[in-house]
Amino acid sequence: MLHLPPRFARPDGAHPPLDFPDYRTTALRRPAQPLTLIPQRLGELTGPVFGEDRVQEGDADLTLAHGGEAAGQRIIVHGRVLDSDGKPVPHTLLEVWQANAAGRYRHVNDNWPAPLDPHFDGVGRCVTDAQGNYRFTTIKPGAYPWRNHHNAWRPAHIHFSLFGTAFTQRLVTQMYFPDDPMFFQDPIYNSVPAEARHRMVSVFDYDATVDNWALGFRFDIVLRGREATPFENEEDDDE
Amino acid sequence: MSEFAPRYPVTPGDQSTATFGPTPSQTVGPYWKIGLDWGADGENVVPADTPGRITVRITVIDGDRTPIADAMVETWQADADGRFGTDGFRGFARSAADETGTATVYTIKPGAHESDTDADEAPHLNVGIFARGMLDRLCTRLYFPEDLAAHATDPVLAALPETQRRKLIAEKSDDGYVWTVYVQDLDPNGVETPFFAI
Repeated sequence: MLHLPPRFARPDGAHPPLDFPDYRTTALRRPAQPLTLIPQRLGELTGPVFGEDRVQEGDADLTLAHGGEAAGQRIIVHGRVLDSDGKPVPHTLLEVWQANAAGRYRHVNDNWPAPLDPHFDGVGRCVTDAQGNYRFTTIKPGAYPWRNHHNAWRPAHIHFSLFGTAFTQRLVTQMYFPDDPMFFQDPIYNSVPAEARHRMVSVFDYDATVDNWALGFRFDIVLRGREATPFENEEDDDE
Repeated sequence: MSEFAPRYPVTPGDQSTATFGPTPSQTVGPYWKIGLDWGADGENVVPADTPGRITVRITVIDGDRTPIADAMVETWQADADGRFGTDGFRGFARSAADETGTATVYTIKPGAHESDTDADEAPHLNVGIFARGMLDRLCTRLYFPEDLAAHATDPVLAALPETQRRKLIAEKSDDGYVWTVYVQDLDPNGVETPFFAI
């Protein structure tokens, strides 16, 4: 029989429900039956390890593509990847994607009348350093319209995807910008419990702003941490 | 178009004023391939010339029985000896569904492995499903049809009623296995695949 390492705390109150009718696509894409709670075992407590092997030079700068510079407000997005114990998650892969400054994605299905930018693909990758720090250079994405409801606009956002160290830590989220005027009508942002919503909103960071170059935004990402181990001598207690 | 238009109260704030805790999940949205598509590399847990390589086809279907053609499927598994994270074996796949909702993974069959109970876990793939319209990942497991004896004692399958257990077991195909994930059925005795909170 295996003695497993401490499990990861379930993120109570942080995640949105799968069923959120205001976001209409959830209607047919959410389970109708309750989820079955299972203990985390080896396959949940382990996970793939991706790092520098998936990142090429220049991947953390989204503003230079196809021989030119992307249009829009240049920004630096940086922060730390932590677990919910506050411990940094070092050497872990971050993958990001976003719309261009006009709010258009470089994707065959996005064809609303806003221009593509020949010098912006909207994809980036980087790996956290030994202290869990990461940093991208990009442009501020525009808001874009979608068909969820009348006059529906997504607030400006950058998609983030992270692995952490375990299958159960896997996270895909979106980073928003402070004081975005579109929050009031966005069901995706508001699907998150009110108490946790502001965790998705980056902080304007004047200290990270570079004179004559780019505005700074700080966005820390918190993955699940390990549960406390109340009985250090559990094995002895059993005997 | 309907005039439905949700309105939410907005409170000012950002990370600097938020409580510390896990960052919330958000949907991958319709354009995840820009950032996350690994193409053939994502589908190949092992190279084409690997002995014992199998093809696993996972089809994702919505509540209207329509394929989820923009789904992203990820798998995580043990090696043939039931060990996770061994050198030289990535153990992970990321595969884009095609127009039939089918994501293909090329891998080797995992071995059984010990658990924290008296019974071993039967060979399986941990499966994560992401798509537009899913605010969080759906987690489930794929088991293999030839391992009936191991299924009888697997601690996860053992926790499910027999009618549910069957839904997690793939079918044999010419070159591997096929499995359908039904994301939704309003009938509790219907076809909906069991999903796990882990």
